[in-house]
Amino acid sequence: MTTTSPTSLWQPSATLDTLKSRARIIAKIREFFQNRGVLEVTTPVLLSTVAPERYQNPPVCQNGYLHSSPETAMKRLVAAGYGSIFQICQVFRADEAGRMHNPEFTMLEWYRPEWSIDELMLEVGDLMQEVLHCSSPITLTFRQAFQKYVGIDPFLSPLADMLAKVSTPPPDGLDRSSLTDLLLVDQLEPALKKQGGSLFLVDYPAWDPAMAEVDPGPPKVAKRFEMYVDGVELANGYQELRDAHEQNQRFEKINQQRLQDGQQPLPVDNHFLDALSSGFPRCAGVALGVDRLLMLALQKERINDVIAFPNDRA
Amino acid sequence: MLNHNQLRQGTRVEIDSVPWIIIDAQFVKPGKGQAFTKIKIKNLIDGRVIERTFKSSDSVSKADVMDKTMQYLYSDGEFWHFMDPASYEQVALTEKQVGTTTLWLREQENYEVTLWKDKAIAVIPPPFVVLDITKCDPGIKGDTVSGANKPATLETGAVIKVPLFVNEGERVRVDTRTGQYVERAK
Repeated sequence: MTTTSPTSLWQPSATLDTLKSRARIIAKIREFFQNRGVLEVTTPVLLSTVAPERYQNPPVCQNGYLHSSPETAMKRLVAAGYGSIFQICQVFRADEAGRMHNPEFTMLEWYRPEWSIDELMLEVGDLMQEVLHCSSPITLTFRQAFQKYVGIDPFLSPLADMLAKVSTPPPDGLDRSSLTDLLLVDQLEPALKKQGGSLFLVDYPAWDPAMAEVDPGPPKVAKRFEMYVDGVELANGYQELRDAHEQNQRFEKINQQRLQDGQQPLPVDNHFLDALSSGFPRCAGVALGVDRLLMLALQKERINDVIAFPNDRA
Repeated sequence: MLNHNQLRQGTRVEIDSVPWIIIDAQFVKPGKGQAFTKIKIKNLIDGRVIERTFKSSDSVSKADVMDKTMQYLYSDGEFWHFMDPASYEQVALTEKQVGTTTLWLREQENYEVTLWKDKAIAVIPPPFVVLDITKCDPGIKGDTVSGANKPATLETGAVIKVPLFVNEGERVRVDTRTGQYVERAK
């Protein structure tokens, strides 16, 4: 870790070489989508209503919220029949700062109408091979990965068995979903880092399906994937939920959970729900963290190494 | 109270009614999941190091701890006595509390005494101290191997390695964090 005196905080934390590589890789990503006929779009960063998430907080400002993802606006474009679209933009998550997190970061998000989640995963793999030159990713279900690398079944193992796997004394009062989150970052990610290579985790537990379709199972799972490269969580994709009523119920449940967690409920984007109601096509979509992609491509240990001015200098 | 995301390296916290200093803090979070902060903490009283994990809704008390510059007076064998040069107030630390700092204690010099709820719990030496060499054999003539060194006993009783050209009666600057010789001093 480098130490800096306070007076040097005016300086960028990324080197000129890193910023040149950053520009080159982002240009390569644009070229990848242009070659495939995917339209680049720009949607608002400043929103008056959002898609509430239980564990993500969009920063509040005088006129609304800074978006934590361009998801609802992009899906409105899909509902309007604008076809395959992508966007590279800054997104915001209050209070997230660490080796792998900055409260403002660069997101690549794209949507493929008429595609299945499996087709989209192939495309994510293609992009990764072009940018990171990594081998083609393997696929494991969420359950298989936990059985293989952690030695528990997140759907069925007794909570006591799961608690026994945590490396340090865990906080009190963790339910199955929180304990699974903790084991993911405490056990699974380090194991994936140690093993190296790229991996899709699929079929997430349906306790938090977010905006993905649900497969009734058993086990009941969300049609969702996360891509990991060398243990770094890089991209989150969905077979997009098309049912406006179901989506609205999920938002309401999330806002109730936020209240219980001591968080403010968030106003729901009704334009997005109207767009789903108007007839949303079968569609797969994915969001990918560009800064983390750059960390992997340039072999940097900290997200601050690939951002000109991270939070403590912004 | 501190939120989980205010837990940073160097912050002193009170956990299980005991003061600790955070020596490492890691924010971890699955994209859609719950955030956690893992901290490695050192017990300010007995030096024990443990790890703890907090979830986003947890909060942790700040430890009522402060550092005060105090002058080392003397040891009576059981307690080590220090004085606040401004108020002349005195505090006494046990051998365990003084720990390895005893190797660098020179009377009349200033040290940082850690107070928890106004009670002294530890003493930290400055990063560098200058001490007299009280015992050191002369270097063997003709031995010019670079990097060769020999043991030297300092006035505090500490034994360090010094280069061959350093002699008994001279003063040396020592890095208290590593216990290594830095240079000859006047």
